[in-house]
Amino acid sequence: MIVVNTETIPGYKIVQIKGLVQGNTVRAKHIGRDIAASLKNLVGGELTGYTELLVESRREAMARMLAQAQQLGANAVVNVRFATSSITSGAAELYAYGTAVVAAADTPAQPAQNPA
Amino acid sequence: MEALLQLLIPLFLVLMGLIVGKGIELHHFRRLAEREKEYRDILVTNLKTIPPQLENTQPFLVMGAAVIATDYFKVFAAGIRGFFGGEMKSYVTLMERARREAVLRMLEQARAQGAKVVWNVRYETTMTESRQEKKTGGAAILAYGTALK
Repeated sequence: MIVVNTETIPGYKIVQIKGLVQGNTVRAKHIGRDIAASLKNLVGGELTGYTELLVESRREAMARMLAQAQQLGANAVVNVRFATSSITSGAAELYAYGTAVVAAADTPAQPAQNPA
Repeated sequence: MEALLQLLIPLFLVLMGLIVGKGIELHHFRRLAEREKEYRDILVTNLKTIPPQLENTQPFLVMGAAVIATDYFKVFAAGIRGFFGGEMKSYVTLMERARREAVLRMLEQARAQGAKVVWNVRYETTMTESRQEKKTGGAAILAYGTALK
């Protein structure tokens, strides 16, 4: 699966547009992390617990988006966008969306592999 | 007696949220699936460039908004999740409902004006606050895009 946040894929031609795909997740860290974060707020510095949370959740949202693309029979997702919103204190929603497409190699040396 | 009431009222609200809220959610999901089937022929994409074969049609902006409220059980379940960590499933479904509803309303507008594709779709998310401090009231989603005939 090719995933890019540009509208076109270099070296590939978009054969068919399957439509919008999306994935989201709402995650919270356990209370221990929240306490550690509030302590960190006294002195400043990176909130590693929350960084980790965002990285994990974004991966999860991406995976859900890709699963949807696969279901549609796409082999690439283009124009991927991310959105984040804080739901309540200590929890964030990560949201990924893009357009699922069928892409085929554009070079004459590698002919397109039977696009749908 | 008073202490008992203080315990019973929240318990009752959580139970009501669980039963009524779940019912409303399941009904909403069924309706969403039905309506999405009706609009399956409209192509929705977030690509920016309009392909040359559609360039000579008149484009117009379409949008749809939805605000979906949390129920008492969702807030309660999320509170527990906030303690132990992990995914807040009750809020995932809430956001999904709001987003799908917003897209459907956008598509209704597009269909009413005879559009076959909606290009460059974007989402805007806001959480509204409830009267209680720091508690989430609901998810407000706006979906918008460029419709083409």
